[in-house]
Amino acid sequence: MIHVENLTKYYRDVCAVDNINLDIQKGEILGILGPNGAGKTTFLRMLTGFLKPTQGTIRVKNLSVITDGLGVKKLMGYLPESAPIYKEMLAYDYLQYVAGIRGINPDDIPSRIRSLSDLCGLNNMMHKPIGELSKGYKQRVGLAHAMMDDPEILVLDEPTSGLDPNQIVEIRDIIRRIGKQKTIILSTHILSEAEATCDRVVIIHKGKIAADDRTENLMAAKAEERLIKLSVMNAEPQALRELLRSVQGVNQVDVVGGPNDTLTATLTCEGGSDLRTSVYLAIKDTDWLLVELSMETQTLESIFRQITLER
Amino acid sequence: MKQLYHIFKKELYAYFLSPIAYIVIAIFLIVTGWFFFSTFFLFNQASLRNFFALMPIMFSFVVPAVTMRLFAEELNIGSHELLLTMPVTIRQVVLGKYLAGAFFMVITLMPTLSYPLTISFLGQLDWGPVIGGYIGTFLLAGAFSAVGLFASSLTKNQIIAFIIAMAICFCLTMLDKMLFFIPSALLGFMGYLGADSHFANFTKGIIDTRDILYFASVAFVGLYATHMSIEDIT
Repeated sequence: MIHVENLTKYYRDVCAVDNINLDIQKGEILGILGPNGAGKTTFLRMLTGFLKPTQGTIRVKNLSVITDGLGVKKLMGYLPESAPIYKEMLAYDYLQYVAGIRGINPDDIPSRIRSLSDLCGLNNMMHKPIGELSKGYKQRVGLAHAMMDDPEILVLDEPTSGLDPNQIVEIRDIIRRIGKQKTIILSTHILSEAEATCDRVVIIHKGKIAADDRTENLMAAKAEERLIKLSVMNAEPQALRELLRSVQGVNQVDVVGGPNDTLTATLTCEGGSDLRTSVYLAIKDTDWLLVELSMETQTLESIFRQITLER
Repeated sequence: MKQLYHIFKKELYAYFLSPIAYIVIAIFLIVTGWFFFSTFFLFNQASLRNFFALMPIMFSFVVPAVTMRLFAEELNIGSHELLLTMPVTIRQVVLGKYLAGAFFMVITLMPTLSYPLTISFLGQLDWGPVIGGYIGTFLLAGAFSAVGLFASSLTKNQIIAFIIAMAICFCLTMLDKMLFFIPSALLGFMGYLGADSHFANFTKGIIDTRDILYFASVAFVGLYATHMSIEDIT
């Protein structure tokens, strides 16, 4: 669907995007992650034809963004970061204007705007100036703008930045709902968001692709490093260590003392298996008090931190 | 073509959303009305010549005030990113905004049509120079709007856009009157660049293709420069 080759962008002599190669399939929800200033926004701006690349090509459905910009823009809906929209215009008037430019048949415009306002939850805000809307509602107007003529590709730059937790959940729901039929490319620096919404994650660091995989693969790759953490009261460190070693499948045991007679132990398990039940059964037979037992999987967060700090 | 119409409509509508439009129209009418009628009865002539003579200098201030927001506001809030990623060409954007600015000046001029109407009751009004004067005024508004649009595309700050446009328009207007500073070899060329003498022909009722060509070329150069300046942003 989208084919990016050797994409490079320099701002004067600062390199913002450095030789990116990427293929995006139809129907994918692709999350672009990266620290601030990694080149996410620059990459999306080039993808939408707003910025011209210094080098490289982007082809969308075999149309070049550079030479056939108009054709590509028809296929794409774009929501820039923080949705910069004219402040004085009423939300309804703005959407009407967008519908006109997008070439929607004038008879269909009111019904199209109504269905978009239902989808984005804008019904009570249509007759307010956009400058008076809260950030979340402004973002929704931007989303409605991007989805106006039902484009095949949606590009969303930090769609949930600056929203409150309720609004984040709502916007995420909208994205997931429309993502069933569309190709969506979204950038974010909130990792749980990528984890929750994206099929595939690309981590960009200093303008280069640092990781690119399906979300579950990226998280499963480090599954061997699963840890089980438990806290026990009333126990001797030495006895605890020996008991835990005796559980089958436990590789390594690390016991440290905590406050109020608590001992905290960390176990690594063979092959990333889940040993919580066997650990519990082993402790049940003693007179120790088990106060905590949990498994820590590697989150996207720790992967992200590893990748972006290592280099 | 459709896109151009929608941009034009939106820009024109945006003028009337903010108080700027009403303020500009009011100030323009008050100032021209006062300057014109304060001497009108002393001259005791049923002619609009003094009214049209005010136009180049008035427009040097009024047109930049009208056009300053066209691009500067977009660049300031960043909405050009949304605009330019919709299926429109830069040419459509530039022309749509230009036509909205120029058409707004036509609206501003509409109430002044009451001057020739009232004066025609006071005495024998020669309609030729009046019609010529209005044609010249529209051309002048068109040329200065293009200059103002260009200035607006250079900066995020509307005040800077206003000052740049005003400086250019004012220089074009005053050039004729400053010709005595200029070496005689350049005299013909510089004289041709001045807006005032070209405009003066219209107020005499003379419609000369050279004068039309002059205003058309100022507008074209302004629009072309705007196009380049917007292309440079992306």
